[in-house]
Amino acid sequence: MQEKLESLMQELALKKIASGEVDRVLAWKKGESYFDVSPAIFKESFDGFTYNAFCGANLSKFLVEETKKEGKVLVFLKPCDTYSFNQLLSEHRINREKVYVVGIECQGKLDINKVYAKGIDGILDIEETDSELKIKTIYGDKTVKKDEVFSVKCETCKSKKLVVFDEKIVLNEMKDNKEKRFDIVEKLESMTEEERFAFWQAELSKCIRCNACRNVCPACTCTNCVFDNNKSGIAGKANADSFEEKLYHIIRAFHVAGRCTDCGECSRVCPQGIPLHLINRKIIKDMNTNYGEYQAGETVTPLNPIVDFKKDDVEANTVVGGKK
Amino acid sequence: MQRIGVFICHCGTNIAATVDVERVTEAVKKEPYVVFAQNYQYMCSENGQQLIKTAIRENKLTGVVVCSCSPRMHEATFRKTAEEAGLNPYLVEIANIREQCSWIHKDIEEATEKAIVLARTAIAKLTLNKPLIAGETGVTKRALIIGGGIAGIQAALDIADAGYEVDIVEKRPTIGGRMAQLDKTFPTLDCAACILTPKMVDCAQNEKINMFTYSEIEEVKGFVGNFKVKIRKKARYVDEKKCTGCGVCMANCPSKKGLNEFNMDLNNRPAIYIPFAQAIPNVAVIDPEQCLKLKTGKCGLCQMKCGAGAIDYTQKDEIVEREYGAIVVATGFRPIKLDNFNEYGYADNKDVITSLELERLMNAAGPTKGTLLRPSDLTHPKVITFIQCVGSRDVSGCGKPYCSKICCMYTAKHAMLIREKYPDTEVHVFYIDVRTPGKNYDEFYRRAVEQYNVDYIKGMVGKVYNENGKLMVQGSNLLDNEQITIPSDLVVLATAIEPDPSVRDIATKLTISIDTNNFLTEAHAKLKPVECATAGVFLAGVCQGPKDVPETVSQASAAASKVIGLLAKDKLKGNPCVSHCDENTCIGCSQCEQVCPYGAITYEEKEFRIGGGKTEKRRVACVNPAVCQGCGACTVTCPSGAMDIHGFSFEQINKEIEAICKR
Repeated sequence: MQEKLESLMQELALKKIASGEVDRVLAWKKGESYFDVSPAIFKESFDGFTYNAFCGANLSKFLVEETKKEGKVLVFLKPCDTYSFNQLLSEHRINREKVYVVGIECQGKLDINKVYAKGIDGILDIEETDSELKIKTIYGDKTVKKDEVFSVKCETCKSKKLVVFDEKIVLNEMKDNKEKRFDIVEKLESMTEEERFAFWQAELSKCIRCNACRNVCPACTCTNCVFDNNKSGIAGKANADSFEEKLYHIIRAFHVAGRCTDCGECSRVCPQGIPLHLINRKIIKDMNTNYGEYQAGETVTPLNPIVDFKKDDVEANTVVGGKK
Repeated sequence: MQRIGVFICHCGTNIAATVDVERVTEAVKKEPYVVFAQNYQYMCSENGQQLIKTAIRENKLTGVVVCSCSPRMHEATFRKTAEEAGLNPYLVEIANIREQCSWIHKDIEEATEKAIVLARTAIAKLTLNKPLIAGETGVTKRALIIGGGIAGIQAALDIADAGYEVDIVEKRPTIGGRMAQLDKTFPTLDCAACILTPKMVDCAQNEKINMFTYSEIEEVKGFVGNFKVKIRKKARYVDEKKCTGCGVCMANCPSKKGLNEFNMDLNNRPAIYIPFAQAIPNVAVIDPEQCLKLKTGKCGLCQMKCGAGAIDYTQKDEIVEREYGAIVVATGFRPIKLDNFNEYGYADNKDVITSLELERLMNAAGPTKGTLLRPSDLTHPKVITFIQCVGSRDVSGCGKPYCSKICCMYTAKHAMLIREKYPDTEVHVFYIDVRTPGKNYDEFYRRAVEQYNVDYIKGMVGKVYNENGKLMVQGSNLLDNEQITIPSDLVVLATAIEPDPSVRDIATKLTISIDTNNFLTEAHAKLKPVECATAGVFLAGVCQGPKDVPETVSQASAAASKVIGLLAKDKLKGNPCVSHCDENTCIGCSQCEQVCPYGAITYEEKEFRIGGGKTEKRRVACVNPAVCQGCGACTVTCPSGAMDIHGFSFEQINKEIEAICKR
């Protein structure tokens, strides 16, 4: 299934380059092993071109720089990546005319560490069915349940809708899993203040300030980030004391509030396994209750509930559990 | 090297009684850059200001901190003082040690300590202040009045009288407002129409006054002196210029089921109508909800009958753009809805009416031609019971917590007029208190009691119910300590008044503040009663708080004088504490543009060097400093921290926070 998809994608990419319609292709490239996949630009050679269950990376942010260059770029976007793409369009960060968007099928991406935890190593190939993965390894074939090894961002997939594309390659039906999206947030909300503080204290104290979450976040595209800007008064304070790590993540969450599409990249790339997406998801949940359902990136609009004022908005001083 | 002077005001005993000003003086002397510190009884007095000026000159001060009252009170005073001594006015910082310190503390120890922290904070901020120079802008010599009731009319006439152009925007088809609906006015009992309609006619005839009736405010942009307003002229389906107001259309209109809003829905009017005989402009309007032609395409009778050829079914809403230097908000009021007051049986009994409905029933131009007949069977009511404070002074949450102010007087008026005209009528009034402050007001009320024998009963009504065609009013008589039931023919509810609901929308468009009861907030309850926190916007009438006609007229004239004072200026000094964009950091994301309430931010493509001899074009935010009001919404929205405000920079605020947290 994946192979079929991959070859169709490559076929299309080659065709578009040959016709001169696009200049280059933004996709994923295989590294040394099956799961070692990185975003890459393909132009002449398509060596290593791949699309498999580990292609979790959201390619939309790369377009900020890519569309500053000459020529048109073809990009493959999974459903959740298309939301980020729209959001970046809303913020005038991408030149739409320089992109050919190919929406592609996604059946949920995997977390290699969860696969390892199942005692599976030496992966050669993976065959997906609806609920199971048949993994071919150098030690023989293994089978695991898909939802046990999903990447954290795919555990509660918010949407399988391709909200923007010029062309799409979808062979099988895709199913989201949004019913449970806010379950963990509700669990956090039901904690006492002390419990919640302890939870985040434990999580955020793991932070090593590698900035991976910021660097991968499609909502973080500032050229001169406040954390790098000496004038902002909050730059480079990671190691001063433990509180400042929290401050970093809280400031970041507020900076992306209203613009975060909940793509989950922050949690996917965190080397310390901090569930960073939960901070953003809590803000999304609050916005939904207070200002009505809103999904960033669903359409191209500069207005989100945080910067938009409506006369029937709840008054700031009356926002208690979303009651008016 | 900076040289800072700190001046600590006693404010009589306002500050000095709770704050040890000597200790504050000694403490601030130890702060970095402070070369001079002094305390004085009244810093804002002539002597106090002189003291500051002398200190600036003698000590070559580069900045001044005044520890005194709120900057809203005297910041401008002290800036002027500094300027007179040759210092840039924006090198003055105020530490508020009165409202935020001495007034809220009782303990001298605590208050003194806090005053020192506040002073230290202001000093810390001042070290980063830069001299700022205010720009100047021109003034459009035209005023906008929103609302064409008595407040709007009076303000318009006064402003026009001073020689300036005025536009009145009124959402109803005619000006006149609530006062036009009244029968007589207290305390002199002049007929409302007799004193109002000449003013309405004056408005129509004054060449400086331009009326947009049946129109609403669509959008307001700009700032004091330079407002740009879009006005939506709703489709009347009648050409205002051609219509002569003859009324033939009304007589011929087959759709007569529309409720007559002017008569408080007590009778019906045709789909094409002129609200009342003295309407200004005296032009018909078609109600699109009722008109057969507009609804079904079949009819067109009025067009056939109209001799002037004024009917135009194809008319569309029209947007007019106008510029103004000042705006007066006079949106008025309405009686509250009585849904929360089932005990009075308003919804179930036709003969339970509101006071405004009674005005119409007593008015010669009303549905009963001025004869008091009760709505259910058009008979003369023999026993009438008034209930006061319906929804006013109500802390239960069903009504309004405030006193509607006008009800005691109009109820006395109604009672008196009824007793005068129909001496055989029995009139009872249930009241909590009778409140009649005002010139000749108490005398008026006493006349009702003493001369006209109106039966005033102190007590509240628990229930009104219908029994065999009689309205049984069940209440308590507190003075006699007994429960009573009065069988009545008509019950009149002195219904609380509330700001017209359109005011919320207007407040949002003008960015003026509104209180929990939807009344607009004046800039200062005592000293700036007609001004708003937003410069160039003034308030008149009930939109600001409950008022009767004399008060409304006074306030309207006050607002007009403020407008005239503003329009008389050729140039206005701007506020230099405005936002600016660091173009190297801005990524052009448009968030600031969305939140800017003044439309001060636009975007431009600019070319920037990126090193290596190359350039790139980037979209960056540009702030128009003349339009920016320095609210700071953009600075907190900007994710990259590119937006900052002169005089209130992030650096300055961080420095203040550091000073507060420093121990």
